[in-house]
Formats: sequence, C-alpha cells, structure tokens
Amino acid sequence: MTGITDPQSDALARSRAQWAAPQADDGSLLRDFLRQFTRSGLAVGALVVFTSIVLAAVFAPVLAPQNPYDLMQLDIMDGRLSPGSQGYTGTTFWLGTDDQGRDLLSGILYGLRISLLVGAGSALIAAVVGTAVGLVAAYAGGRTETLLMRLVDLQLSFPTILTALMILAVLGKGIFNVMLALIIVEWAIYARTARASAMSERRREYVEAAESLALPRWRIVFRHILPNCMPALIVIATIQIASAIAFEATLSFLGLGVPITEPSLGLLISNGYRYMLAGDYWTSFFPGVALLITIVSINLVGDHLRDVLNPRMER
Amino acid sequence: MITWLIRRLFQAALVLLSMTVLVFIGVNVIGNPVDIMISPEATQDVRQRAIEALGFDQPLWRQYLTFMGNALQGDIGNSYVYNQPAFDIILQRLPATLELALVALFLSVVIGIPLGLYAGLYPDNLLSKAIMAFSILGFSLPTFWVGLMMIMVFTVMLGWLPSIGRGETVEVLGMRWSFLTWDGIQHLILPALNLSLYKISMVMRLTRAGVRETISKDFVKFARAKGLSPRRIILVHVLKNIMIPVVTVIGLGFGGTIAFAVVTESVFAWPGMGKLIIDSINVLDRPMIVAYLMMIVIIFVTINLIVDLIYTTLDPRVRLETQE
Repeated sequence: MTGITDPQSDALARSRAQWAAPQADDGSLLRDFLRQFTRSGLAVGALVVFTSIVLAAVFAPVLAPQNPYDLMQLDIMDGRLSPGSQGYTGTTFWLGTDDQGRDLLSGILYGLRISLLVGAGSALIAAVVGTAVGLVAAYAGGRTETLLMRLVDLQLSFPTILTALMILAVLGKGIFNVMLALIIVEWAIYARTARASAMSERRREYVEAAESLALPRWRIVFRHILPNCMPALIVIATIQIASAIAFEATLSFLGLGVPITEPSLGLLISNGYRYMLAGDYWTSFFPGVALLITIVSINLVGDHLRDVLNPRMER
Repeated sequence: MITWLIRRLFQAALVLLSMTVLVFIGVNVIGNPVDIMISPEATQDVRQRAIEALGFDQPLWRQYLTFMGNALQGDIGNSYVYNQPAFDIILQRLPATLELALVALFLSVVIGIPLGLYAGLYPDNLLSKAIMAFSILGFSLPTFWVGLMMIMVFTVMLGWLPSIGRGETVEVLGMRWSFLTWDGIQHLILPALNLSLYKISMVMRLTRAGVRETISKDFVKFARAKGLSPRRIILVHVLKNIMIPVVTVIGLGFGGTIAFAVVTESVFAWPGMGKLIIDSINVLDRPMIVAYLMMIVIIFVTINLIVDLIYTTLDPRVRLETQE
C-alpha cells in the first residue's frame, strides 16, 4: 500500500461504512439514537445538568445542610442573612437565609422536589390522558373525532392562565388542585400531537396488515400505532414538563399554588419578593436561578430531541 | 360583507352564551355557594331561609335563567368585599389593565418587527444570533421572575424607575390613564416591558421566519428586477406579506396578554383587573370572580371579531372565501 490515499476510494469506503452502519447495530434503535443525541455537546451538557438537578432533588435530605420544614432547626436570629455569612450558631449559609432564618440552599433543594414532582407528575398524567384522547379521535373518526377535536381547539384557544384561574377559583388551592389545573391545561396539546401523528400512521401498510389479521381495535391502536407515535410525543412531553414547572411556579407565586408549609421554587421566590425592595436580593434571586437552570436545561434537551427524533416536524 | 358580519356576530353571541353556562356551572355547581355565603354556625332555620332568599332551592335551569336575566342588565351581584356591584368594580379596573396590555402590544410591535426584520435579512450576523438567543430566553423565562429581576435592577439597585402602582393619572373620557403624565409613563415602562417580553420574542421569530420565506419568492425578485429600491421592497412588498401571521399572533394573543396581565399586575402592584381577580380568589369573592370571567370572555369574543375584520382588509382572499 502506498502512503497516498485515493480520495475516491476513501469516499467510497466512507459511504460503505454509512450504509453498513445501520446493519451493524440493527435492532439497536437505542444505540443509534444515543449516537445521534451525543452529537450535540450543548444537549449532552444540558442533560447532565438536568440529571444533577434531579439527583440533587432526590437526595435533598442528605445534601441539604438543614431540614427547612423542621422548625426546631430554624433560628429566627439567623433571619435575612446575606449569602456566605455565618449564622448565630456558626454554620455558614452559602446562599443566605430568608426572613425566618431558613437556609436558602436547603430551601431550594427541598423546593426543587415539589416543583419537579408537581411539574413532571402533571405533565405525565396529561400525556396519558391527552394521548389516549388523540388516538381514539384519530382511529374512531367521524362524529367522535369532531367532538373531541372541537374540545381540544376550545381548550387551546383559551389562555392557560385563565383556565388555571377558573379551576383554582372554583376548587381552591392545594397541590392536588394545582396538578389538576396543569393537567387540564396541558392535555389538549398531547391530544393534538397524538392525533396528528396517528393520522399519518393510520395509512401505513402495517396498520392495514394488522387490520387484515382482524386484530382487536384497541390492540391496533395501542400496540401498533401508539409506539410509532412515541417520538413526537416524547418531544412534546419534554417541553411540556418544563412549561409545567414554570407554570406551577407562576401559580405559586400568585399565591394560588402549593401550600406555604411545603414551598416550591415559585413560593420561595414569592416569599423573597417581600424583602426585595428592602435590598435582600438573594431570597428571590437564587430560587429563580434554580428554576431557570431547570427549565432551560429541559428545553435544550427537548429541542435537540426534536431534531434527532423527528426532523420533519415544524419548529 | 354584511351577511358575513351578521353571521360572525351570531357566532360570537353563541360563544358568549355557552361560556355563561360554563361559568355558571363552575361557580354554582362544582363549588357550593351555600357553604360560602352562609355561616356554618347558622341554625338550620336561618340556613333554610337564606337558601330560599338566594334562590338556591330553585331547579338549576331556573337559577341559570335568573342569573342570565340579571347579567343582561349588567347585574352580577355585589362583591362581598367592596359591597358594590361587581361589574362596576371590574369596569373601574379595566382601563388600567387595558392600558398596560395596549402599551405591551405596542412595544411588541415596535421592538419585535424591526428586530425580526433585521434577523431575517442578515441571518448570519452576530447581532441576529444575539436576537434569536434573546427570543429563546423570552420564551422560557417565567414572566414573574423576569419582572422581579427588573425591579431588583432598575428600582432597587439603579433607582431609575419606580415599580409600584400606576403613578399619577389623568382623567380622560371618565377613565384614568397613566400614559399622559411623565410620572405615569415612568410607572408604565417596567410592567409593560415585562408583559411584552414573551410577545416580543414571538413577533421577532415570526417576522424573521416570514422574511426568510418571502425574500426568495418570485414577486420579490420581480420587484427587484423592476428596479424598486430595497427599502420599498422590504417595507411594502415583504412586510405586507408577512403581516398575516403577525397580526394573528398579536391580535388573537391580545386576549392572552390581558389574561397574563394577572402575573405582571401582581408583580408590579398594578391596580388592574388581574390584581383584583387574584385578591378575589384569595378571599373567595364569587360575584367578583364571575364578573371577571364574563368580562374576559366578552373581551375575547370582541378581539376575535376585530382580528377577523382586519384579516379581510389585509388579505382579500379571505374575504372572497367567506362571501361564497
């Protein structure tokens, strides 16, 4: 072999490798997906950040310097300390304290748990409900479809905050009602997405094949069509989780969300707001930054997922 | 045109009617008004008399008809807190919210369209990339936190702008407006900017996408070949063609802007409808809640109607279709 590489054979080899690649790991959609996903450094970084946030929330009791819900551990003498200052008993509060002497770092770690739980929980329930509605509408067609889709249009034409206000005005505050409001706000988006992708899947040959085999309808819808709609739904779900977290924070900020005994990030920000005009920037600033990093990292992952999973989808 | 307008007005009335049913059911059936309006310590006898006096013993459809009959006369009941007709209080607060939303709308147009145009014309420019990055932030940052940070920077740290309330107002046409006094304008800047951030990002993105798409079309090439100045091509030919999606978003979004003013008003203590509804929910002032919801629905229906009208002037094809 000479040292010179023939550009043509080089290109050939590369294209051969490209053709061979899917066969090399055929059946391994996951590996294929991972390889594509890791191409974007930004998305991988965002995923790492988001995973750390989730881990920090899960292990909050271990990581947090104090339990912010345990009134015995709070000392009113430590109230409104600036970040990095030492408390009455000698502990250092890296992010400062709120008016009741609660360590803000611990507050944020525990608050993340509530925010993530409410946000992700309601987004997932909304995903299940909305997807089911969308699939049924797409497969049933006719009057059922018209009715369900009209409902979806109605829901989507209404500003989210108004729907939430209505629900919370009628039912009152509390974690459960906030989740209900989030689910009602978000289900329609899943329904529309599920229907759109199910409509295009319906005309495929494999559905026809399944119908020829006289498989039961529910089986065709949930075992054949649904798995093929998953990519689009996963993308929507990722972005909806971020918006659910942001929305929960907004509702809690307005005082309509989670109870004061178990503050989410939004409520922490709202509590800090009262002291901000007096110059205590940290009580609103740091929970807000935590919220921001969470939302932006999820959105970055979601944005890249969209490119990887469904290049045809409109931006 | 007239037939079309009548048909649209009829549709609007229908939407309004179905919304009253929804609101009525929501407030009177899901939530039990009896529990709220009558003290739990009241004796059975007092309770029964109160139920009769308030008409809660009537069948639901009759209650609804009474409610509608009163509502048509502008009477939704007295606010429990202010002890005045709830609708009057909403009307008093409406100008503040409208002013805020209109200024926000204005900002989103005068900031969003030029920036979007620039980003669309020079997509590889560094400034364009900065504009796009800003728009992503505008989408994902929660409004209330941005508002808080604005207060922190511009009021607390720099001391440039006030952040609480409406400032000095002037009465014109029986309503109080802030934008006519210098003090009022200063008070308006931060809340209006806060409310418009999301809209600015949206308008920017739409304009950019529209410009990118339109600029390569044949009629633009033709205009260029005809020797028209680039300024005229962009400001007349391109801009006119991208106005439809922009008008849709701005116009239909105006209802959303009014609804989302709830958040901005709470942050900046702006004495509008949004702040009122939050306070009313917190004290369970039901007539107030009903009045607010009805008001929002009316605003919504009106906006839809106006946007449709603007459509027909912007795009003659729309008019042709509806006249069949």
